[in-house]
Amino acid sequence: MEEGKPITKNVDWMVVLIYIACLGIGWVNIYAAVYNPETHSSIFDLSNNAGKQLMWIGTTFILIICILVIDYKFYETFSFIIYAIVIFLLVVVLFAGSNINGSRSWIKFGAISLQPAQFANLAVSLAISKYLSDPAISLSRKLKDYYPILGIIILPSILILLSNETGSMLVFASFAIILYREGMPGFIPAIGIISAALLIISLLYDSWYIAGAIIVIAGIVIWLMPVMTRRRGGLVATILIAFVMISIVFGVDFFMNNVLQKHQRGRIMVLLDPDSDPRGIGWNVIQSKIAIGSGGFTGKGFLQGTQTKFDFVPEQSTDFIFCTVGEEHGFIGTAVVVTLFILLISRLVILAERQRSRFARVYGYCVAGIFFFHFLVNIGMTIGLMPVIGIPLPFFSYGGSSLWSFSVLLFIFLKIDAQRPFTLSRG
Amino acid sequence: MLENRRFVIIGFFTLIGIIYLFRLFYLQVLDESYSIESSSNSIKRVIEVPFRGQIYDRNGKLIVYNTPVYDLLVTPNKVKVDDTLRFCRVLGIERREFDSLVNAASSYSRNKPSLFLRQLSKEDFASIQDIMVDYSGFEFAKSSMRTYKGATLANTLGYVSEISKTQLAKQEEPYYRQSDYIGQTGIEKIYENELRGKRGTKFIMQNVSGVYKGAWKNGELDTMAVAGENLYSGIDIDIQQYADSLMVNKVGSIVAIEPKTGQILSMVSAPTYDPNILATRFFSKNYTALYRNPYKPLFNRPVMASYRPGSTFKLIQALIGLQEGVITPNSGFTHANCPIGCHVHPGTPTVALGVTHSCNPYFYNVFRRIIYNNKISNTFKASAVGLDDWHDKISKFGIGQQLGIDLPSERKGNLPDKKYYDKIYGENRWKFSNIYSLSIGEGEILITPLKMANVAAIIANKGYYYTPHVIHGIGEKKTLKPEFAIRHETGVAAHNFDPVIEGMLGAVEGGTARRSRVEGISIAGKTGTSQNKRGMDHSIFIAFAPVEDPKIAIAVFVENAGSGGQAAAPIANLIIEKYLTRKITNKALEKRMMEADFMKNVILPAPPKPIVKDTTKRRQGIPMVPIEKPMPKVINWLKRF
Repeated sequence: MEEGKPITKNVDWMVVLIYIACLGIGWVNIYAAVYNPETHSSIFDLSNNAGKQLMWIGTTFILIICILVIDYKFYETFSFIIYAIVIFLLVVVLFAGSNINGSRSWIKFGAISLQPAQFANLAVSLAISKYLSDPAISLSRKLKDYYPILGIIILPSILILLSNETGSMLVFASFAIILYREGMPGFIPAIGIISAALLIISLLYDSWYIAGAIIVIAGIVIWLMPVMTRRRGGLVATILIAFVMISIVFGVDFFMNNVLQKHQRGRIMVLLDPDSDPRGIGWNVIQSKIAIGSGGFTGKGFLQGTQTKFDFVPEQSTDFIFCTVGEEHGFIGTAVVVTLFILLISRLVILAERQRSRFARVYGYCVAGIFFFHFLVNIGMTIGLMPVIGIPLPFFSYGGSSLWSFSVLLFIFLKIDAQRPFTLSRG
Repeated sequence: MLENRRFVIIGFFTLIGIIYLFRLFYLQVLDESYSIESSSNSIKRVIEVPFRGQIYDRNGKLIVYNTPVYDLLVTPNKVKVDDTLRFCRVLGIERREFDSLVNAASSYSRNKPSLFLRQLSKEDFASIQDIMVDYSGFEFAKSSMRTYKGATLANTLGYVSEISKTQLAKQEEPYYRQSDYIGQTGIEKIYENELRGKRGTKFIMQNVSGVYKGAWKNGELDTMAVAGENLYSGIDIDIQQYADSLMVNKVGSIVAIEPKTGQILSMVSAPTYDPNILATRFFSKNYTALYRNPYKPLFNRPVMASYRPGSTFKLIQALIGLQEGVITPNSGFTHANCPIGCHVHPGTPTVALGVTHSCNPYFYNVFRRIIYNNKISNTFKASAVGLDDWHDKISKFGIGQQLGIDLPSERKGNLPDKKYYDKIYGENRWKFSNIYSLSIGEGEILITPLKMANVAAIIANKGYYYTPHVIHGIGEKKTLKPEFAIRHETGVAAHNFDPVIEGMLGAVEGGTARRSRVEGISIAGKTGTSQNKRGMDHSIFIAFAPVEDPKIAIAVFVENAGSGGQAAAPIANLIIEKYLTRKITNKALEKRMMEADFMKNVILPAPPKPIVKDTTKRRQGIPMVPIEKPMPKVINWLKRF
């Protein structure tokens, strides 16, 4: 019965529809981004990025069919092997990689160039899922259970850093989500978020004001605290926390002004305030905001964008593809894209939660987390809420490696999910 | 418990999504600063300058047009010159000029073309065009330069130049922008709105380096430039240039009018200059030289210079006298009892003979009768009433008024009335004996050459005139301005003109202008000798011909040239003959007049400066810095400065 059922029946069609919608919108916008009004090149023209993207989409469908045909147990069984292969490729690329755009991270197979770093996400996701599929491992109780996970993440991180692909490395931060889901104490991500916020605030505002604000907030917290808690050390803890926070604020201030060189300070500041360097790093962000902002509510119309053509926005068809959507389709277009992503990610979380095996659940969360991180950073940077980090927008950005890796990542999970009725719970 | 963490996670995802949606709504809908008009750097407005209208003469010859010139542009990033020395030789520039020009262009933009050399003539363009193919990074852009046919009509046509800061600030509708050209004087100024055409606006898209990337919205918002309207003038350019040649080495004016229409046939303001020298990039230098020239070539004498009309004014006195009935065609006066002297001439028993011999006592008596033509016994009061009466009648000839010609700065001249003399002498403290010099066109009366030519036209028409005008047709339809179609009556009956015209005929046939009579053409004319404080008398002559069917009315003023018969009459009659027959019978007279030099009689305050001429067209290369040296073909009467 299990083997005879057509796979299509159990695949989650909502995810597939969102996926196809993203691919379609992305492809049309890549065409718009590279469209040259002087030549009127066709969307099927293989000499431009839109034509090539169509070719990548075609090959992706073949890949998807392969994934759906392969037995679902394959991925769990061969998790570490796949991880090992990707690590091997990452090492190979360091020595034999082709140099494209200043980073030695590409492997050439004839006319096609692949970036192994793009597949590191998949490998790490599978490896972490496999490791956590052991029910004996508990993230909420045993600290030593974290070490293998850190190892799994750090090894490819170093290799990717060596090949100059910092953006791909930062994506590993998204695994914090699955660690939290699998039992990591809540205060760890809370501390992470608070210190990041504190860091940014202390760069933007005067340290004395922040210190004053922290003291006021601490005072309110103590005042609202139940008397019992206060007596049991709550008072001391709050004062201690406030003290540490103020120390961080002044520490950052000292570090910025006394340790860093002037140009290093400039590089950090421009991440926060692009207007401070409108011709340099800030250029991308300013141009990107102009492009999106000039779209208005309904946009300028398909192929009518002017900012995203003519090279005002760099990397329009890849990292800044969202600008084209914003300029030509306005707020309606951008709202549709944001909504599609939130729907996709939330749906993936819901699918992950209904898995019977721990492996499948962890893997589902990994996929959702990776998509979320790309969404957060890529769209965030085009609207000036995130620093400029060169990572693609899944399914939208032009590029074969990223499309393949995101599709493989997604459809492995859909395949596993489709087999859910026939698996026994182990977790 | 851990399952519930999914709500935290989904909540976090949704929160980020909502923050992003708010941010996008703010950027795209609420924040106006990113709208296309204010911050778009990809769309550029390009102004298309229309062709300025051309001006034709009465025979359809072009007298003002636009010459295509070529600006050489350079794009520093694309420049590839292997042999810089040869390149410089071809362009006629020096090596360091080349370097500084390229540097100047680079500092503007390395990717956009910017000006390298401007206003290369067609000939220069043709000679270097082929060679330029070997050098990349250079391109030509078409441009145009206002061009005037020859060294003539300078003050009538005027010139165009870059709009000044004050003009920019003063304009009523904000049309002009900095570095726009505008007609500064003459026809170019008066008909500026017709000539300038309509500017076009194009919205083009450009990439980040400023390279053209096509029309925005397929040109939906673009407006085409509309060329300015052509103007059709009554000027006969051949006669104009002939008149110019007769005014060489003289200071003065010629105005010739077609009496039946009021069209100006020719208008000379001597000395003149080549209007083309003000169209070049050496404008300011040349303008300063002209401005400082003591002969005031920029002073448009036909409409701005005021002279005493002298004896030519006697014609009007005779006409008024006849119309008032204080004299008849057969009234006669002798030299007796007259404070004004006269020369020896046959008796003057009729008006015609009085005009022919220009008898001073005759017109003293005529004017006396006009002034006292009332019943008041008190001579002071009678003079006052009589003068105002006379003033009104003379005014109808356009004297003391602005005629309303289509040229700027027309002067009224001076036609004194009661108020004027009251101011000088006090009310009732003057009478005819104080003002009798008016009778022969001396004293306080001042008149411009244009008005005197108009008087000749009035006599030719026997009583009416059309406002003299240079341009009689605007645009394809050759529209006439309505004010030039109004027939102005003088209030003098046609039959009263006959004895005056008879006298004028006599003046040319055997009177004061007999030395310049033309065989076969009946010319009616009157000489005038205008007294002035500075040196010799001004020579004046007004005339029209042929008497049977007047085709041309003319006034000639030559400063410090003596009596009317000496200079003005021969010049006027040569022009009349040339205009009516296109040939000259009395070659000796023509030669004498062309060579006559009355300029030396003009007393000047200070020595003038030389004029710089744009020598571009004649040189192999193009000088970047204007070289200060006298123009090679100076108009000959300027040569002596």
